[in-house]
Amino acid sequence: MTLQLAAATYRYAGAAGPSLHEIDLELAPGDLLGVVGPNDAGKSTLCLVAAGLAPATIQGQLSGTVTIDGLDTRSARPHELAQRAGILFQNAVTQLSGTSATVWEEIAFGPRNLGLARAEVIERVEEAAARLAIADLCARDPERLSGGQAQLVALASILAMRPAYLLLDEPTSQLDPQGTRLVGEALAGIAARGETGILITEHKTDLLDRLCTSVLVIEEGRIARQGAAAEILADPGLPAAGVEPPARVRLMAAARAAGVELDPEPP
Amino acid sequence: MTPQIETAGLGFVYPDGTRALEGVDLRIGSGELVAIIGQNGSGKSTLVRHFNGLLRATEGTVSVGGMPVARRHVAELARTVGVVFQNPDRQIFAGSVRREVEFGAGNLGYRGADLARRVTDALALVGLGDAVRHNPYDLGFSRRKLLAMASVLAMGTSAVVLDEPTTGQDARGVDRVRAIVRSLVDEGRTVIAISHDMRFVVEAFPRLVVMRAGRIVLDGTPEEVFAEQEWPVLASTFLEPTLAARVGAQRGLGSTPTEDALIAALRGRGGSA
Repeated sequence: MTLQLAAATYRYAGAAGPSLHEIDLELAPGDLLGVVGPNDAGKSTLCLVAAGLAPATIQGQLSGTVTIDGLDTRSARPHELAQRAGILFQNAVTQLSGTSATVWEEIAFGPRNLGLARAEVIERVEEAAARLAIADLCARDPERLSGGQAQLVALASILAMRPAYLLLDEPTSQLDPQGTRLVGEALAGIAARGETGILITEHKTDLLDRLCTSVLVIEEGRIARQGAAAEILADPGLPAAGVEPPARVRLMAAARAAGVELDPEPP
Repeated sequence: MTPQIETAGLGFVYPDGTRALEGVDLRIGSGELVAIIGQNGSGKSTLVRHFNGLLRATEGTVSVGGMPVARRHVAELARTVGVVFQNPDRQIFAGSVRREVEFGAGNLGYRGADLARRVTDALALVGLGDAVRHNPYDLGFSRRKLLAMASVLAMGTSAVVLDEPTTGQDARGVDRVRAIVRSLVDEGRTVIAISHDMRFVVEAFPRLVVMRAGRIVLDGTPEEVFAEQEWPVLASTFLEPTLAARVGAQRGLGSTPTEDALIAALRGRGGSA
């Protein structure tokens, strides 16, 4: 059982050229794969294509194949895909249903639509809210949250669906440092159970440094580098690719350049 | 000198009863560069919305340019304080990048060649000079953020508030935002930024204001705010010292919030870290 992209090339409807070229990628339950790259390199598109939203929902042209547990995303039905792959959009506010009076109902929206029994819906909502420490937001109006709070609520809504694959597009972009740490710990906990594969795009390489086992660099729609997280994140070519290395790596490089010894503990 | 923005005993309670600000006393001088930091929901965005009259104090006072904002219209305050929202999609509405940037400055009465120059300059500063004819929604999120910034910069306000300007930006984008901030300061404009990006704030801002639960809990230089004795206060508002600050403290090098400060301190010690 895996989520697999094989020679996947994708062009948005009306675009002059493809946004992704010949992507080969495999995500298995338990994997924690980080994706870095400059803006407009194709990170968000990769999430949309891997989740099957592109082309099924947003059209465009896909060549090669994308399969989720063997289901081809071009022919599978949206509800079949939605049960297996959960996507968190970069701008989380745009993902809230707009139909829920409370955060609790917003998180319950997905599980309810899966037709789950009431007790199971309640259990899932409470587990997702607890995992992200947002139980105190449950009575709030989803339209009146701060950017960071909305991002956590959107993530909880996806977690409550319990998909086998999570495709998270900058899930911590609006979070404070401890919120970022908390999301990292929640994702590590989910991946450790071995039932969920997580792909996470981030500019915060410090988070990927402590979270991911492997990382890939995407540039101009192609996978430029791929490997063990420690190795890729320490690559001296990272800044030239528009990616800020983790603080630990930056400090070690600056110390070396200044001729002083420094080996900071991992964050 | 009269501060450009001053709050005294500012409190704000949302209509649903949620208290967002309490007893905020803040003076920001003309041409000053200030970052406001603190956990999600600590009142940062609510505070800056008082500077251009989008929100009105329920307690205390807010003055801009030495005059209380209480009786001034948002339209008038908009000439002085420009606010770039955190989420560009709550701000962008026009069909082209140029039209988007023209809108605010046009509403302030700029016309013709003057308006065109303002729009061109603002787009050049944010690096969108080549995208004037694009539909804003054909731009990626990071460029939409820069577009929202350009729309406010073109208005030429003497104070600019940037809410989370580095969110979603890659390393080059963050460098671009730093350059924009420097350029505004060089023009003598006041710049106030809200940010969770600790590297950005310690490297680019000489003054940091730390908020927790609607109050200001620290106000000082990065060295003061990130000094080890303040870490419990930072932790209480969900902030973490930078790695450079932690390493400096661990090695008894004093407060070294920036990587440059840490390296300089290590060199000063002759490399015997």
